[in-house]
Amino acid sequence: MARTPLTFTLNDAETGVFVVPGSNLLDVLRRGAGDLTPKQGCAQGTCGSCTVLIDGVPHLSCLTLAETVEGRRIDTTGGLAGGPDLHPLQQAVMEGFAAQCGFCTAGMLMAAKALLDRTPNPTRDEVIEAISGNLCRCTGYEPIVDAILTASARMQGRTA
Amino acid sequence: MSSTEFRKDLFADERDDTLKEIGKPTIRQDILGHVTGRTKYFDDHLFDGLLHMRAVRSPHHHARIRRIDTEAAARMPGVRRVVTAKDVPVNLNTLLSLINFGRDDEPLCAHDKVRFLGETVAWIIADTEREARDAVAQVRVDYEPLPHVLDVEEALKPDAPVVNEVYPNNTFDYHGKYDHQKLRFGDVNAAFARADHVIEAEYQMSPIEQAPIETCGAIAAPEQNGRFVCHTNTQALFFSLGTTAKLLDTPSSRLHFIGGTAGGGFGGKVDSIVEPTAVLGAMLTGRPVKFAWDRYEEMQVGAPRGGERWRIKDGVMRDGTIIAREFTGFFDSGAYMRLSPYAIIKGTGHLPGPYSIPNVASNVYCVVANRTPATAMRGFGITAVDFSIECHMDRVAEAVGMNPIELRILNAYRDGDMKAHRRKAKNTALIECCQVAAGKAGWSISADAMAQSSLRGGGLGERGAIPETATDEEGRIGERRAGRTRDTAPSRQPTGRVPAGHAGQAVTAAPVQNPDMEIEIERIGHRIAAQQGAAPAPRAPQPPAGQPTPPRAAPPAAAPQSSYAPPPSPQATAPTYQQPPAPTPPPAPTPPTPPAASEPYKPEQPFSRGVNRPGTSRFLSGTRRR
Amino acid sequence: MTLAVETYPTLREAAQALGDRARYLGGGTLLMRAVNYGDQSFDRIVRSREVDRTVRSEGQGIRIGAGATMADVLASRDLIALHSVARIVGGPAVRNMATVGGNLFAASPYGDFATALLALDATVQMADGQNLPMESFLSGRARMRGIVASVTVPRVGEGEFRFAKVSRIKPKGVSMMSLAAVLPGVGSGRLGDVRIAFGTMGPTPLRAKAAEQALRGRGLTDAEIEPALKVCCDGLQPADDELATEWYRREVAPVHLKRLLLGGRR
Repeated sequence: MARTPLTFTLNDAETGVFVVPGSNLLDVLRRGAGDLTPKQGCAQGTCGSCTVLIDGVPHLSCLTLAETVEGRRIDTTGGLAGGPDLHPLQQAVMEGFAAQCGFCTAGMLMAAKALLDRTPNPTRDEVIEAISGNLCRCTGYEPIVDAILTASARMQGRTA
Repeated sequence: MSSTEFRKDLFADERDDTLKEIGKPTIRQDILGHVTGRTKYFDDHLFDGLLHMRAVRSPHHHARIRRIDTEAAARMPGVRRVVTAKDVPVNLNTLLSLINFGRDDEPLCAHDKVRFLGETVAWIIADTEREARDAVAQVRVDYEPLPHVLDVEEALKPDAPVVNEVYPNNTFDYHGKYDHQKLRFGDVNAAFARADHVIEAEYQMSPIEQAPIETCGAIAAPEQNGRFVCHTNTQALFFSLGTTAKLLDTPSSRLHFIGGTAGGGFGGKVDSIVEPTAVLGAMLTGRPVKFAWDRYEEMQVGAPRGGERWRIKDGVMRDGTIIAREFTGFFDSGAYMRLSPYAIIKGTGHLPGPYSIPNVASNVYCVVANRTPATAMRGFGITAVDFSIECHMDRVAEAVGMNPIELRILNAYRDGDMKAHRRKAKNTALIECCQVAAGKAGWSISADAMAQSSLRGGGLGERGAIPETATDEEGRIGERRAGRTRDTAPSRQPTGRVPAGHAGQAVTAAPVQNPDMEIEIERIGHRIAAQQGAAPAPRAPQPPAGQPTPPRAAPPAAAPQSSYAPPPSPQATAPTYQQPPAPTPPPAPTPPTPPAASEPYKPEQPFSRGVNRPGTSRFLSGTRRR
Repeated sequence: MTLAVETYPTLREAAQALGDRARYLGGGTLLMRAVNYGDQSFDRIVRSREVDRTVRSEGQGIRIGAGATMADVLASRDLIALHSVARIVGGPAVRNMATVGGNLFAASPYGDFATALLALDATVQMADGQNLPMESFLSGRARMRGIVASVTVPRVGEGEFRFAKVSRIKPKGVSMMSLAAVLPGVGSGRLGDVRIAFGTMGPTPLRAKAAEQALRGRGLTDAEIEPALKVCCDGLQPADDELATEWYRREVAPVHLKRLLLGGRR
């Protein structure tokens, strides 16, 4: 089967893969680049579990044609922690019981990161809007919203 | 963060005051994997040369399969194998056969006919998912559509199409006798006759899909030693293992199941369909095979919480005392039984809800129709009837002009009250719940209602006794289809009486249906003391699992016998319960003889579930716990 | 049917390359879903390197490049009237991907933005230079073979455009019904040439022409809009789906239209 070469930056690392034409980015990240952090929940843009940042902006990797990310920068939860140190979002989710089965968490974290990168002090409503494309069946969302607000406060040096 | 208020004054002497964890976040032991994305779900195990398996599904609710033409599909690019029903070694199963309950009624792959929309008729295994999908589209199935039935009560009519030939009356056969699960406690008809009000209503709950974010799926691969590994997100690993062993006619020792991590489940991942399918694929191709549902399949063929319809009839006195409650319930089991018959038995044990009612009758039907099979979901067997009961309590309160919370407190069960399933209630707390709820909601209730307690007044006189019970034989298997029984509600003409205080007849375990499922002591690693002769048993011997339990005292008469033991298997010819083989004295296990010199292993510190907590391991950031 | 991806330097070349078994890739939210679920009706994905995401004033209207995403619409001050529409399309990730051009092809229950454009009487510019009013574009959509280059939206007066999406899930759910209305003269108390469009009330967004007629020359009072509410489903073709039945949609359409019309009155 003919394959197309594709290069992009994945969590600061230059990455090159060969893709089957028509593949979605999620499949390429997981099976091609070996980054298993984005998850497939629906493959139709409903659940948000596959959310990644493309050039800093949240995208659904399951609905992104792989060929369209040539030369672009992709960030996933796999690159969120700085070495051994968890990102404040990860820390807040961990401490706030903001994940149960954990399947939506990676996508949720990317949606939240995109929010905090642009809006360091979001309101509760802004947080809710930012994760409105990410479904969670376990937590009922409240602990997730709380965790994002906690992370925001800590990153701004406020206590929470 | 909302604070939790503890009413530690309630039942203070019934528990140690150790509520240290409730009401504040705790750190899950698996959370570090979740926040870093490193938790391995079934699909996070990478295999070289992984093949993808997709199902061909029925577009009809009910149809005879005349012919399946897979020739074009087999020639499609990337296709490795077309799989049909004849490739499944034992293509008939029921989930609970592993505990000797019910008859085998469900194929892994339909062959003669399809019984619900989306049922599997074949599979394609191909190099890529896309190629598998393309080939699925090329499978031609010649269907002869049959009349279908989608409503639970329509399915009970004499002229309704027979959905599943294993259950030709479209109902589960309870105890080899009735087409429904009976519960009889006291005499509801006599009580209705003297009640001031009789209040009837019908309630219904639609099927509910568990909709976990991760769909059901499994990856199976050959291991070097003739075994097959299966990574799965099942919620019931040993059910899935046993079911796979049965369907594929292989010893379970050849199956290496790895689970434990599910991206949500909520009951929807117990049906053990993806596991045998993936292992079958791996066996037929000798390659790693992934079989997972897409979101459409999860919603369409993933078993939901089944729909239920309940009719409740209460006999109520002017002061609000409920003296009789009657239920007629219909479970939408879908085309196959799976766990629904069991859910009904569990639900029947729950009737009449958390209330003390001296006369209770119930008929509950487990109905087969041309619908997606139902399965477990949180509160399985209880949810819809509780919803119905509480709606009905409000309706009763309205009819007698009473504060609905006071009505609940008046009728609430208390410690020591006899329940309809003939066990005494204990640890009851409805009254206190009502009192606290009234306070929280700012709903005023009388001083008398506030003064009530679950600990007082229960079990007194009739409240604690089993009443004389009216029984009937209505609804025997096959009567309804023959047109001899129409009414589905509990009978108006009781034909028998069971004396007061009678707890019922002893019921024993059914014989093992599938000999392979019988647990043989020598196969599970224990030596039998009797054969060894010498070594004294160090501990009091436990009866080994799988041995028929000795008859227990006191299940009720005509009532939910199966709360205590399953009905006989279909192979059992006698319609009544069989005596178990004489229980052999439980053999005493022998401990492995320890090497003379060595001390038994003693860890320096007790194992702690906390050692893997984030921040506590030296391999992780943070400080090591001392 | 192995998929092929073809990338062309210009929109015009991409348009020429389209055929029976080809689909054009916009933002991907519709097309890639079809790919993921094995849609057998096409095996070629056609792309263009020429992606127009610009928004600019042009004469009496505002021209939106077909490649503009919902996020681009929300970032444009010229399109402030359409912010309420773009904001309710999907979550943030979908809004970063879904394009204005793609929304014109979204089948029910999607296509809320196209519903607004229909009420606004927008004009569609095709890559081959053809110009089509929204209404004829939508009615011919099923047979369309071509690529949308841009959409021009006429300016509307302050408060003259209204939009509502009805969904069952908060904060974000698929549309059970969407409604858009352009109400010229709303400030004067006498309505001029009203335009009302419903989404998810037929295979494409549809205008409620009988209701438009009934509102002409009237004011926005309970009594004056009553005749329009009675006929608001005339010409609509709602269907049963997972979200609602046809019956339910017909029952509640007048209720939602009433809220839309009177809701702006303070």
